[in-house]
Amino acid sequence: MNNHTYDAIVIGGGHNGLVAGAYLARAGKKTLVLEKRHLVGGASVTEEVFPGFKFTVFSYVVSLFRPEIVRELNLPAHGLTILPLESTLTPTLDGDDYLYRDGDHYQTLRNIARFSRRDADAYDDYGRSMYFMAKAVKYILGVIPPDPTALHPKDLMGLLEMARHFLGLGQEQLYTLAKLMTMSAADFVEQWFESEPLKATLSASGIIGTFLGPRSPGTAYVLLHHYMGEIDGAYRAWGFHKGGTGGLAEVLATAARAQGAEVRCNAGVARVLTAGGRATGVVLDNGDEIRAPLVLSSLDPKQTFLRLVDPAQLPDDLVGAVRRFQTFGSSGKVNLALDRLPELGCRPGVGRHLAGAVSISPNLDYIERAYDDAKYGHFSKQPYIDVILPSMIDPDMAPPGKHVMSCFVQYAPYKLADGEWTDEKREAFGDAVVDVLARYFPDIRDIILHRQVLTPVDVERITGITEGNIFHGELNLSQLFFLRPAPGYAKYRTPIKGYYQCGSGTHPGGGIMGAPGRLGALEALRSSS
Amino acid sequence: MPLPTPFHSRTSAVCDSYEWRNWSGYLSAGLYEPSHEREYYAIRNSAALIDVSPLYKYEVTGPDAARLVDRVITRDVTRQKIGQVYYTPWCDSAGKVIDDGTVSRLAADHFRITSADPNGRWFQDVGYGLNATVTNVSDDLAALALQGPRSRAILEEVVDGIDFGQLNYFHLAQGTVDGFPLTVTRTGYTGDLGYELWVRPEHAERLWDCLMERGSRHGILPAGILALDVARVEAGLVMIAVDYVSSHHAVIESQKSSPYEIGLGWAVAPGKGDFIGRRALLAEREKGSAWTFVGVQYDWRALERLYAEEDLPPGVAGRASRSAVPVYEQASGNRAQIGHITSHAFAPILKQYVGIGQLLTPHAPMGGRVDVEVTVEFKRKLCPATIVPTPFFDPPRKRG
Repeated sequence: MNNHTYDAIVIGGGHNGLVAGAYLARAGKKTLVLEKRHLVGGASVTEEVFPGFKFTVFSYVVSLFRPEIVRELNLPAHGLTILPLESTLTPTLDGDDYLYRDGDHYQTLRNIARFSRRDADAYDDYGRSMYFMAKAVKYILGVIPPDPTALHPKDLMGLLEMARHFLGLGQEQLYTLAKLMTMSAADFVEQWFESEPLKATLSASGIIGTFLGPRSPGTAYVLLHHYMGEIDGAYRAWGFHKGGTGGLAEVLATAARAQGAEVRCNAGVARVLTAGGRATGVVLDNGDEIRAPLVLSSLDPKQTFLRLVDPAQLPDDLVGAVRRFQTFGSSGKVNLALDRLPELGCRPGVGRHLAGAVSISPNLDYIERAYDDAKYGHFSKQPYIDVILPSMIDPDMAPPGKHVMSCFVQYAPYKLADGEWTDEKREAFGDAVVDVLARYFPDIRDIILHRQVLTPVDVERITGITEGNIFHGELNLSQLFFLRPAPGYAKYRTPIKGYYQCGSGTHPGGGIMGAPGRLGALEALRSSS
Repeated sequence: MPLPTPFHSRTSAVCDSYEWRNWSGYLSAGLYEPSHEREYYAIRNSAALIDVSPLYKYEVTGPDAARLVDRVITRDVTRQKIGQVYYTPWCDSAGKVIDDGTVSRLAADHFRITSADPNGRWFQDVGYGLNATVTNVSDDLAALALQGPRSRAILEEVVDGIDFGQLNYFHLAQGTVDGFPLTVTRTGYTGDLGYELWVRPEHAERLWDCLMERGSRHGILPAGILALDVARVEAGLVMIAVDYVSSHHAVIESQKSSPYEIGLGWAVAPGKGDFIGRRALLAEREKGSAWTFVGVQYDWRALERLYAEEDLPPGVAGRASRSAVPVYEQASGNRAQIGHITSHAFAPILKQYVGIGQLLTPHAPMGGRVDVEVTVEFKRKLCPATIVPTPFFDPPRKRG
């Protein structure tokens, strides 16, 4: 029996768990981070699934990783290396033409102008608006959300400060912000643009990870994630981490250990121990008990409230809210090991365009139809795919001359209309993805050495995330800010004293930001001191 | 009108930016892509190929070659082994730096010197009476720097006749590529694992092609001067005419620097026999230098605040700056200027803003705090900074 006593235990060794662990240790707490798998990272893992080929298995880009965490945990000293991933190439539906956008500003405008001169002229206006939107929302990412229904002075002060911040935006930008928070991604971008490949690709950023289509209200907000990085430009918040997202997890684990935290793998937590309404430790899957007065869960809200503790201990309204928290997984992942670099039919040859994203989002209807399939319980026959070639950005990802391809695919609903996901259905889903890819990369079938297909069920099985929802819960307005994950429990706390939340299911949500891990740990430290 | 280098047919074919620099009268790519960022990360993450042909190159041969070189440079040539490369400054008789560069000992009586400025007259004149010949071979040697963690793996595939596991930091070896001879020195201007390759101009294009072809398996990218400039600031390496003025170009005394004052005191061997500037350098070592070379790290939060005062995010990423900025004493009331930062850049690998420069020695203790001028929206502001050791970035692979 392992009876070691710690000051704090963090459940889950994903990026948020590791961040939380590092902050707790930094504050002098004897901290233990527990990860059920053999490696840290959760959904931020890199695995050599086939010898020599490293897949950034689930997540694949680092978006919005908080600069304050980079600084406070001195991550560059531990190997933080976020490599540029700058360009986006969108092939047209027939695969004969493409829209290419990169850092060559005027060439990008000319490329857009081939589809619409008006859109090219509007492109900078859109960028400027998004700058203001990102600036407005960036503020929210760093604060514990005040609850407007609470009459606590701290909440009122927080609201006041926020109001002051937003009013500083000016009228025009405030209107835009209101629209951004409520409109669909498609409607939002159609305020500026008329050409399909541009509208579709921009809107596609608004549906990533959600069970919504580009025409569903509320998706515009997620668009922002692509612009937020520009505010922290110097920090390069958007990019590909060396070694994949698992490389970032390794950096975080090293940083956590450097702060004095212990990170233990192969140590799944069965439940949280409580006594008299207080957390007192955890029980591992193997039955070991480990004691600590502070327990933080970086798991998703359903795991945190419905599995790790006895829901009967919790207020009914919370249990109900968590049960209704939308966690429906909607995306899949196909990772390919390739014998050589694939060529695009519309732009043959090698070039830096293959070191950026290739977005299979030829037009809005295409993505909306992909969503239609999912709405009724089928994976998309013609899915939206965000393709990158990690080995073109970091040569360490594949043997010299070989390549790996990461395909983020939407939609693949967690539950299918015709029963459970099976191996056959998974492979059929993989085939559908390869069929679409083959339209744009004509030689792809000849060069696939291995393939890994992951459905939301696989994501759940491997990482433990409920329903394989990569954000731990939908990122729509009804589940954001003081409503995330549940009204009254948005400040990383739980009804159990000493038990805190620090995962993506809390404010400000998913994506590899690290913000929930940091804010959760700081809140736990503040209220326990 | 700047001239093409021996690699121009290749560099011009891939220079999408069309941003050419005039480097010693040659066309040198500032950057190849729309942004230098990927080129920078190639230096740090994979491999970058940089055309450094515009360097001046001299060969010193003859029975007194070693005596001549020893008379010129501040390091001790009697201790330089054949196959060893020195990085060194050389001074005038007042101990002020004329230039800095590498000295490769190809044989007991055969040296190759690289420099930023023309030095032929100086080398010849100071060798008067010695039985040695100084030849300007600048046009006879094309040069490429291959820098980055994958540089060794690429050279192992491309170069015959060299055991790269045995080629130590600041050493050289002779090999062949595709049948033609080349010299490889394990040197560079990036502070990373890297090599410089020296070939006859007629073999230049073939060398480029071989490296790019095999290098494509290792993420090789051609890189320009902008990426190199960021990397060399991270490495804390000085640049002539930016971080110091050659004593042969200075028009006032205060523009001149001794090696001690530009961070090259380690490369002065006053104990060796006589050399040009020795007496002055011994005296300076005795009484101390007026100026001290420093690396400073700006306080990031303070820098953010200075931008936030204007409601802006910190707009510091991008190109390294070669515009000097004044440094002030960090004391209340008395705002005395105590020096200047001559090169500064956001270091992408460190996520810090750093600079190198010179401070008056009494104000330059390691760990000391200073205020550096920063201009935000046309407003001059002061950013607190800390004096830290250089190189700012020093990966073990550089020497490993």
